Amino acid sequence: MAETVKDKVRNFIVENFLFGDTSYQLADDASLIENDIIDSTAVLELVAFIEDNFGITMSDADIVPANLDSLARISSFIETRAGSVAA
Amino acid sequence: MCGFAGYVGHVHDADTLLTQMTAAIAHRGPDEQGKFIVPGAGLGHARLSIVGLGDGQQPMSDETGQLTIAFNGEIFNYVELRDELRAKGRRFRTSSDTEVILHLYDVMGEDCLSRLNGDFAFALWDQRRRRMMLARDRMGVRPLFHTQKDGTLYFASEIKALLKVPGVTAEIDPIALDQIFTLWAPIAPRTAFRNIDELEPGKLMIVEQGRTSIRTYWQLDYPHRDAPPPIASEAEAAEELRALLTDAVRLRMRADVPVGSYLSGGLDSSLVSALAAGMTPQGLKTFSVTFDSAEHDESAYQQEMASALGTHHRTVACHEGDIARVFPEVIRFTERPIIRTAPAPLFQLSGLVRNAGLKVVLTGEGADEVFAGYDVFKEARVRRFCARQPSSRIRPHLFRKLYPYLPGLQQQSVEYLAAFFGANDAAPDDPLFSHRPRFKTTSAAKIFFSGDLRETLKGYDATDELAGRLPDAFAQWHPLNQAQYLESRFLLPGYILSSQGDRMAMAHGIEGRFPFLDHRLVEFAARLPPEMKLKGLVEKHILRKAAGDLLPPRILDRTKQPYRAPDSQAFMGSGDLDYVRECLSEKNIAADGLFNAKAVAKLHQKCSTQPVSGFRDNAAFVGILSTQLWQRSFAENGKRAEQAA
Repeated sequence: MAETVKDKVRNFIVENFLFGDTSYQLADDASLIENDIIDSTAVLELVAFIEDNFGITMSDADIVPANLDSLARISSFIETRAGSVAA
Repeated sequence: MCGFAGYVGHVHDADTLLTQMTAAIAHRGPDEQGKFIVPGAGLGHARLSIVGLGDGQQPMSDETGQLTIAFNGEIFNYVELRDELRAKGRRFRTSSDTEVILHLYDVMGEDCLSRLNGDFAFALWDQRRRRMMLARDRMGVRPLFHTQKDGTLYFASEIKALLKVPGVTAEIDPIALDQIFTLWAPIAPRTAFRNIDELEPGKLMIVEQGRTSIRTYWQLDYPHRDAPPPIASEAEAAEELRALLTDAVRLRMRADVPVGSYLSGGLDSSLVSALAAGMTPQGLKTFSVTFDSAEHDESAYQQEMASALGTHHRTVACHEGDIARVFPEVIRFTERPIIRTAPAPLFQLSGLVRNAGLKVVLTGEGADEVFAGYDVFKEARVRRFCARQPSSRIRPHLFRKLYPYLPGLQQQSVEYLAAFFGANDAAPDDPLFSHRPRFKTTSAAKIFFSGDLRETLKGYDATDELAGRLPDAFAQWHPLNQAQYLESRFLLPGYILSSQGDRMAMAHGIEGRFPFLDHRLVEFAARLPPEMKLKGLVEKHILRKAAGDLLPPRILDRTKQPYRAPDSQAFMGSGDLDYVRECLSEKNIAADGLFNAKAVAKLHQKCSTQPVSGFRDNAAFVGILSTQLWQRSFAENGKRAEQAA
């Protein structure tokens, strides 16, 4: 089965912010800040990952918790933006 | 300034044991060693001669031979106390401050502590009552550790002396590790070593007839938040502050050897150096550390201040690779894991002082706790300000102003700033409100704890324990004073004065003196209205007011730049050193069992390849590496000893 956007994002978070800890139950809507998964440097790592892997350029206005503070929000943001790029 | 060790109880071959214990801390006192042994008690001492060079040998007994003391530190008001005691007919045989304690104890018993203005830890044996009194200064400048083994109490200035006691071994305390990875330091009396405690600042311990009791003789206190200010005007407060600080420096210039001064380029050490320079007609010697990276370096300010004061200024450069080179030695002296490398350059700095032939330096340490200089105080104020209007898109911009030296933060959106600082989390009743973001960010590094360690710590919360240790009156204090208490009572003795202070200085036999921690000044500042300390977002306002004429405007008006050093990047540079590779190897991490070996390998890889690491990754890297070094310095020696036995 093809890897979904959510799978790719989850793998990135597990590898880079949870250091491979697959036992961590990362719920789709869990806040990455509230759960101490990302800090200010990690936000910029996340932005680089999205831009490098999904062909999206993020403006400063895009870099807000409303778009990036959970697995579900990040996936939704990427899908919406990638869809609009494709269209 | 010295080191001592001893016991109360019964010891086989006490002479050999005291020799070994004292030798373990010989770096604290390279000038002389001495022992005192009677049935049931013993004291050993390693002396750094500063006051009473020719007649201050220790352990020292009074003229009756009934009272004997081993003492580490200085009693700065010993001249005044000696004059008082002489006026009451007391005769002195030496010119030392040590003898003053003996006489004062003879007159006042344990209440003598209230009269001492100094940085001290001592053990005093009273043969008449067959009782040992251990005491430590009010703010925790000088260390004192103890442990029990087979009914005997052992004590020492550093834990490495206690590890000489047969059967006392080094085993990491998992609770302490959790506290370090949350609060930056263990909560005293706990230390990193299981079953070894420290005597807390402001406390004394009595061991008499097989019973041990500990009591508080001094504690930091603040007025009720609604109490009328005791000082009406700022001008009056500034004047009194200037007089107190001048006297605190004057007393700390007392020594039979030259006294120098650290000069970081910030307000506090500049002020202390300025006052000290005025009291040193032959010219003050000042010392600084410089860094290659502009982010950490303050040498332009240091040079400006040294020129303005006309001091004989010397610097030591902390180049790329230096921190990694000295780090194993640093951990041997901190005797605990640490999550920042900041002690390492101070280790280099005390070496510079030693090479310059000095034994004593003044420092500006303590001013940030006493006069509210740290960013955490301003941050708490901004968080409260934001929480009053959570929908504001303007207020969180203030966080950028607080941290101009953190480039990663400058690039964040207002929404992220608010989220990272918990700006909209109104929790006014939380006693740890001021420090929650710091504790939360630091705790994130615990993601690297192994499954076994997490299981051991299940249900434990270091912040709950800290909140449970606060005094009853805490809830009645102004929020700024609450935050100051958390810094002054826990982080100051637990990290700043120990890992960055006493341990790094004494590693090279250097005594640090801290005018801002003179208890008269501490008590005065605690009574000041909070707005005199943190005025809006201007830190140490009253100190600037009091010192205005002593410093060049560029130094006086500087916003505080926290003392920091490169963390994980300090170990990357030109490739891993052998010990770093060995400490962080999957095999060794797995064998020690404290951390998740695969996760640590990924962290190591990430820090090696990324030009900049975040706070969590830096804290985790330094914390894990220092824990592994701690195991190698202390626990493995114990294991080898057990295997040999």
